[in-house]
Amino acid sequence: MKNQYEDEEFFAPGHGMCAGCAAPIIVKWVLKIAGPNTIVVNATGCLEVATTAYPRTSWKVPWLHVAFENAAAAASGVEAAVKAKGEKTNIIVFGGDGGTVDIGFQALSGMVERGHNVLYVLYDNEAYMNTGIQRSGATPWGAWTTTSKVGEANPIGKLRPKKPIAKIIAAHNASYVATANPAMFQDFKKKVEKAMSYDGPRFLHVLSSCTTGWRHDPSKTIEILRLASDTGLFPLYEIIDGDIENMRITYKPKEFKPVEEYLKMQGRFRHLFKHPEYIKKLQDDVNAWWEKYGKHYIK
Amino acid sequence: MEMITRGGVITEPGNSMENKTGSWRVFKPVINYEKCIRCMICWQFCPEPAIFKVKDEEEKKKYEAPKDAIKRLPVPVIDYDYCKGCGICYNECPVKAIDFVMEER
Amino acid sequence: MTKIMLRGNESIAYAFKLARVQVIPAYPITPSTLVPEKISEFIANGEMKAEFVPVESEHSAISAAIGASAKGVRVGTATASQGLALMHEVLFIASGMRLPIVMGIGNRALSAPINIWCDHQDMMAQRDAGWLQFYGENNQEGLDLGIMAFKIAEDNRVMLPAMVGLDAFVLTHTVEPVEMPEQSEVDEFVGEFKPNYVTLDPDKPATLGSFGFPEHYMEFKFGQWVAMERAKKVIDEVFKEFEEKFGRKYRKVNPEFVEDADIVLVTMGSMSGTAREFVKRMRGKGKKVGLLKITTFRPFPKEELIEALKGVKVVAVMERNISFGFGGAVYAELGATFANLKEKPKIVDFIVGLGGRDITFNTYQAVLDLAEKALKEDVDEVNWIDVNKEAVYKAEGLQ
Repeated sequence: MKNQYEDEEFFAPGHGMCAGCAAPIIVKWVLKIAGPNTIVVNATGCLEVATTAYPRTSWKVPWLHVAFENAAAAASGVEAAVKAKGEKTNIIVFGGDGGTVDIGFQALSGMVERGHNVLYVLYDNEAYMNTGIQRSGATPWGAWTTTSKVGEANPIGKLRPKKPIAKIIAAHNASYVATANPAMFQDFKKKVEKAMSYDGPRFLHVLSSCTTGWRHDPSKTIEILRLASDTGLFPLYEIIDGDIENMRITYKPKEFKPVEEYLKMQGRFRHLFKHPEYIKKLQDDVNAWWEKYGKHYIK
Repeated sequence: MEMITRGGVITEPGNSMENKTGSWRVFKPVINYEKCIRCMICWQFCPEPAIFKVKDEEEKKKYEAPKDAIKRLPVPVIDYDYCKGCGICYNECPVKAIDFVMEER
Repeated sequence: MTKIMLRGNESIAYAFKLARVQVIPAYPITPSTLVPEKISEFIANGEMKAEFVPVESEHSAISAAIGASAKGVRVGTATASQGLALMHEVLFIASGMRLPIVMGIGNRALSAPINIWCDHQDMMAQRDAGWLQFYGENNQEGLDLGIMAFKIAEDNRVMLPAMVGLDAFVLTHTVEPVEMPEQSEVDEFVGEFKPNYVTLDPDKPATLGSFGFPEHYMEFKFGQWVAMERAKKVIDEVFKEFEEKFGRKYRKVNPEFVEDADIVLVTMGSMSGTAREFVKRMRGKGKKVGLLKITTFRPFPKEELIEALKGVKVVAVMERNISFGFGGAVYAELGATFANLKEKPKIVDFIVGLGGRDITFNTYQAVLDLAEKALKEDVDEVNWIDVNKEAVYKAEGLQ
């Protein structure tokens, strides 16, 4: 399907996002699919800071930033005002993992519970990158960050797994929830389109790499993200109207790649390779997940 | 001193284009249009976006597409004013039609 | 014009209804809960056309208020105490973005210990947040100031958010007769909401809430300063226009019996009513005592205070707030107001009525006694009245 605005850009170059950052790829495509009748609300974070340094902006659609933890609340207000004015406009939130799964979690939960007609897009680079790579609730087990450091007493790094934010939001009975990965481009695009076609609160959990935080060559962004799904580490699925039992896995690699392939390309996992049992643990976790949920894959 | 607006609002959409982030570049992607199959994957994944899809005569002028490029439209054209040289396009090109060379200034 | 019986919270809700507020995001908190309840009732009855957003916290209430205001509608909300404190961070953003949101406050003490009764600590703790601040003496003032707040906040020379405080329970929950203006009169006075600022409009895409570097940040702050200064005149104009239209007089500061007064009691909020009776009684006894009620605390009405307190020997500031390590906020600002003047009164601070402690005639008598003493000799600068000091000294190990 070709979108009406696919060849237009609503996100301009000249921004200060790092070379190779995946977030602008996600943003530009969400906007191409949503089109110009869209209001963006942005949580504090790299994306907000690097795209709106006064007096210049990269945004060609109306854009609002209030603070870190309240993008979903601000979007609720925008939506109420749109309703009060009797208008019809897409409202899209972009928030990072810190602003979504941690500090902005309450506001997001409230927004979804109240049923605001908003699409919330989480670009998840798995740590507080804007403040310098601190661990968040979305940092995976075994990742080094500047607050989950690796040393003699802790050879692992982060000791807890990621919050399953997509399922948590789905459990609120959001109308559409999906995990997505820009490297799995057709799946990603289809999910953005699908999310736009629903009314009510919608949530996209999109994996986004960070060259500085994940410690990888900028040219490898898409390659690494692709491996996240081809190893099965970041499964792609969708949940409609909170029906978690009938979640649908939208992508299953024909042959799963070993998790090492994903891990070895990133400096944040380098320490794990001194301990083969840790790599094995991650592989076992992935295998267990697919054993449990693999049946949800429907071609 | 630049103009100050009430509340810090910015009313020129997309004026970040005044920032020529091409100066960040260390390596430079160069499209070989002989090899390019016009799949547009480079355009799809460019995070700036600094790769434009040139579709017609009008856009040719806008992005100064190289002569050999425009024989087959649409075609990806790199705007070096903004390309930061991340190399995603070079890495993702399915036919290795993009070279990644040291920037010379 | 008809008189109806209203609680203070209802007067705020009626102000929102009469001003045709379009979006009300609010969260319940004692003692202001009745505001969103009443709004919900108005909407359910079909008396009011507005979007009520029952948010999950006060932080989200003010955040949603900003979102709605940025989209270009008239926005009101209400809170108190801990709720206002939870909003703290976002209050600065509302004023920094120059959005004319109006908020009703049920002035209540801050924890700990948790306490639901009246004092002004909640709003005073937000005095640097860049909001206009009004304090009502009674429920009529709540309604009137609530209506006027929109007109002042939305004036193109101002464009700042505004708070209207009513004392917890003493006003918020107390039924008083209130003159209710006609809808058509308020429509004429406040006007239909036409945002005179840049909004979130897909036809004119703009970036709101940008990132300010050191080379611009200070100019934005200076802009807020200029707006607050200009608000002084706008407030006067709106008060005057209101008086002409509705017949009720409002001033930023309200001096009574001060012309020949040696001592003037400075008050805010509901305590002013009791103070007035006390002053009248003292006048009956031949005492040269006056009263000055402050209605507008932000912008601080320096000029009017200097004028009104000219020739007064002792100014007794009575306040329901305290900045630990210095004194009350009104005392501090009044002191600074006179600091560079040659002729100035002796200013004495009285901390009274915190956490709902009653302010009675005995309180005023104690204040007056100390103020009379101050006419002749030096007294403590900050005086806590009606406090069991002995018990505290013991608890602190001072005995």
